[in-house]
Amino acid sequence: MAVRREPGLYDYTPANDRPIVTWPNGARVAFWVAPNLEFYEFQPPTNPLRKAWPRPLPDVMGYAYRDYGNRVGHWRMMEVMDACGVRGTVSLNVAVCEHHPEIIESMVARDWELMSHGIYNTRYTYAMDEADERAMIEDVIETIRKHSGQQVAGWLSPALTNTERTMDLLAEYGIRYTCDLFHDDQPQPVKVNNGQLISVPYSLEMNDTVVLLFESGSPRYYADILKRQFDQLYAEGADNGKVMCIPLHPFVIGQPHRIKPFAEALEYITGHDDVWVTTGSEIAEWYYANHYDAAIEHAAVRTQGSESS
Amino acid sequence: MSLPEDYLHYPRRDYGMDQDRYAWSILPRRERVQWPNGARVALWIVTALEWFPLDMTGQPFLVPGGFTRPYPDYWNYTTRDYGNRIGVFRVMKVLDELGIRASVPMNSALATRYPSLLDEINQRDWEIIAHGVDMGHVLHGDMPADEEEALIDESVSVLRERSGQAVYGWLSPARSESFNTPDLVAQHGIRYLCDWANDDLPYPMQVSDGELHALPHAHELDDRLILAQHHHGEDSFCQQIIDQFDALYAEAGSEGGRVMAISLHPWIIGQPYRIASLRKALEHVMSHADVWPATGVEILDAFIGQKAPPAP
Repeated sequence: MAVRREPGLYDYTPANDRPIVTWPNGARVAFWVAPNLEFYEFQPPTNPLRKAWPRPLPDVMGYAYRDYGNRVGHWRMMEVMDACGVRGTVSLNVAVCEHHPEIIESMVARDWELMSHGIYNTRYTYAMDEADERAMIEDVIETIRKHSGQQVAGWLSPALTNTERTMDLLAEYGIRYTCDLFHDDQPQPVKVNNGQLISVPYSLEMNDTVVLLFESGSPRYYADILKRQFDQLYAEGADNGKVMCIPLHPFVIGQPHRIKPFAEALEYITGHDDVWVTTGSEIAEWYYANHYDAAIEHAAVRTQGSESS
Repeated sequence: MSLPEDYLHYPRRDYGMDQDRYAWSILPRRERVQWPNGARVALWIVTALEWFPLDMTGQPFLVPGGFTRPYPDYWNYTTRDYGNRIGVFRVMKVLDELGIRASVPMNSALATRYPSLLDEINQRDWEIIAHGVDMGHVLHGDMPADEEEALIDESVSVLRERSGQAVYGWLSPARSESFNTPDLVAQHGIRYLCDWANDDLPYPMQVSDGELHALPHAHELDDRLILAQHHHGEDSFCQQIIDQFDALYAEAGSEGGRVMAISLHPWIIGQPYRIASLRKALEHVMSHADVWPATGVEILDAFIGQKAPPAP
């Protein structure tokens, strides 16, 4: 199979030469929190490119650990977010709608935004043919509409698994933004065959699972880097508006030994005056309305400039 | 490379769980649990005594604490055995002085190899939890049923015979189970299972015969994970226990009793430079009046007892 040498999804538009992004009410940082509400199957089917569980089935330890997030962690995390006035933008395995409708109700009642994280976190986009990928996208859109009344705007692929056609399909189905690209601190246009798509900065660096599990960070280290990340973006945001996202997993952040340090960091961030506490689609729509055209034009000028030089 | 034909079929995509071991249940929406004497937090210290045999293979997966060097790996064998010779007595001293009785998941091989440990446990009125035969024999889904049954039977019967205790709890080595493990341990008179870390309270499990509960044996508040795997350091370990306790203690005030489990391995926490961090953390916990240090079966009985219907 011929493979690409680069994603081909965006132009090189470096930070030292780009249009100014502004946020509502002169905010410096658009801040959003993205809890991942997930369901990991007890007996998932096999995907040739990614193993669902590290141990022979049943992987009781891994399965139960994830389940803690839905039984316990989600409710604890939500309380902390409520106290800071933060609405979540939920990266949702849509099967949670069927398995745990109480969780969906709790989020819809708070006017949280539901974005897509596929069907289950044990079903990956890798190796899907186009028909399967379309069926998966249609399933997501319909399931979220049916259980929340919401039109899905955002997309974080299940376990961040993509095919080369994913972005084109998302734009075709009217998805407004992707969270799978980590190349920027501001929203950016994404090149697709038809229609429009942008990236909204999510984050692996601020992701609780990455920091606390993969990178072995302690709970207080995590709270500390959340504050450092915010301080730097808040300073830079005085000149050109930035986005900060905290991606969460209730089975990780909702553990009792982590919740207090996290609550302190969230209070710190939301305690600043010039921060726009918002959701993924609010950031995306503001960007489309105020900055998208300028970004396209700027990229075109830069690209022509580099071709003629 | 293509996907199986049923990759987009979802046979268990329906209300509740996708397996039948237990019911879906939201912790903050349950009836309040009352611990004896109005305690808010049941403190459950789980101190594992393990034997890692020199010939263990790392199959079907490397267990936590499993050997990483070629045979004969004296480095790792003796480091683990330090816990049974030295470290456990440091842990016992701290717990004795703070008035805490522990539950001890024990590989049955240790009951025959180091029987004097049973005397130390019994003298303190600590509880023994069956923890398989040794750390080289995990239960898993690809294992023949009779092989699994034999390991469970050996573990439970040796520990009962040698200790004189009834032995009501089961912790699988590496928390690894087959699809049958809960049924099999219940058939051997086990009343509670410590493998499923998905809650902060006990809950009932479905088994083929008899009754079984899951006890919330948190797998992250664990010295091996925090100190030997994540390398957070001793001060952070202490801080994490304190943060865990403070969160559960506050929550219990508004939502009812909680269980706080701390998982200890004497070969880790029993090192001289580490033991003080455990003492400091437990002093914080025990400085609160509404804490009930208890064994697993005491927590189970208190949990089951209050669900009985009121007398007519």
